Amino acid sequence: MSQKPKKLIDNKGIRTDGRKLDELKPIKIQVDVLANADGSAYVEQGKTKVLAAVYGPHEAHPRHLAQPDRAVFRCRYHMAPFSVEERKRPAPSRREIELSKVIRQAIDPSVFLEYYPRTLIDLFMEVLQADGGTRCTSITAASLALADAGVPMRDMVAACAAGKVEEHLVLDLNDTEDKEGTADVPIAFMPNMNAVTLLQMDGMLTIEEFEQVVNLAIGGCKKIHALQKEALKAKYVTVKEEEEEG
Amino acid sequence: MPIFYEKRQLVTPGDLIAEGDYIAGDNTYKEDNKFYATRVGLVDHGDHRLSVVALKAFYIPSVGDLVIGKVVEVGFSGWSLDINAPYIAMLRASDAFDRPFKTQRDDLTSIFDVGDLILCKIVAYDRTRDPLVTVREPGLGKITRGQVTEVTPTKIPRVIGRKGSMIGMVKHETDCQITIGQNGLIVVKGKNPEDERLAIIAIRKIEQEAHTSGLTDRVTEMLQKEKGGVENVSET
Repeated sequence: MSQKPKKLIDNKGIRTDGRKLDELKPIKIQVDVLANADGSAYVEQGKTKVLAAVYGPHEAHPRHLAQPDRAVFRCRYHMAPFSVEERKRPAPSRREIELSKVIRQAIDPSVFLEYYPRTLIDLFMEVLQADGGTRCTSITAASLALADAGVPMRDMVAACAAGKVEEHLVLDLNDTEDKEGTADVPIAFMPNMNAVTLLQMDGMLTIEEFEQVVNLAIGGCKKIHALQKEALKAKYVTVKEEEEEG
Repeated sequence: MPIFYEKRQLVTPGDLIAEGDYIAGDNTYKEDNKFYATRVGLVDHGDHRLSVVALKAFYIPSVGDLVIGKVVEVGFSGWSLDINAPYIAMLRASDAFDRPFKTQRDDLTSIFDVGDLILCKIVAYDRTRDPLVTVREPGLGKITRGQVTEVTPTKIPRVIGRKGSMIGMVKHETDCQITIGQNGLIVVKGKNPEDERLAIIAIRKIEQEAHTSGLTDRVTEMLQKEKGGVENVSET
């Protein structure tokens, strides 16, 4: 682990990785990256890299899992052993089990599960490299993978965190800011529905600060949502341009 | 009553397609008189009906569909088929025998065994019960030769083309018999493997470029070029 820098934010309001206070990490999105999964997506948000894959809906196995009135939605969030500085043991930790549940609940309201009763939808998220905000990046990737698989959805879910670092309110915290900062608020948001599906907070904030941070994070979600849509369309638009003009 | 997208424009899940007095068609949903897309696809609208033609989806059974299924299990009184849908299809033994059958006497595996491909038709399905299929119609039954290829089920209409124009052209150009299952599985039977290979290449191309226009011409062109290439090779 690198030594803690003296100041996380300099006088000009520039952060350790060169970003402004309200600037997202640079984002790269790719859809349909895995041939064997029904749908997949890869999202890079700064140094955080997440791969998501969807299987289904398929018949529920074991049979007792099946629900008569809706599809069962199963999620697994997992960090690769090489995703952090010191090797992480590959077995699912308490934290990963909790995050799997939290992510499932964040995605669940966006999917029309009641359309396909007695079936099972499997979602896998693999964190390849972690630099803060892995749960948010995972949600962003998961939603894209579901859309790519052709699972009907009310809206895409985009997720982003905001928080407080050294008396400044900042967007999209990185690992150091998360660990050394005062507060971290991850939010998942459905922009077209104007609905929040995940809201957590770690740290201390006043009520006014909290409201500002929530608005900051929602602003970030909206930017990410625009990129999500672009990435989904890009897959088809490139084929079209090549063929119609070439 | 504004519509925010033109016909054949690309939308993603959650996009607001229109507001006002419409009927929600395929891959759309309605909330407070607003209509949203539920899948990635191309917008289509008639006078009142809004729909999205999905670019990728899975097969949902529908009564009367011709499908190609693979036997996954042989039971006491029938077979379980994988029809590329979220649900396993059932084929009753009494359906495959033309005489009354008895579990003790008749060996089901002698008719269809695990791994066999079967061309069948869906006779009953709703979301509360698994689909039921039949082979009791001329032309249905075990597929004994040919090659199988798979496309996204939503692109089957594109592969067939308007009044069968696309598939007719591929059949004509490659001299193959092609059977299309509504579930996305396609069996190609040709006089030799080369013809089958060509037909499969053509189907792959149709799937990949399903959302572009002028496709029939491009596929014809490609097939003729490929055929020309093969003939030249055999001459030398």
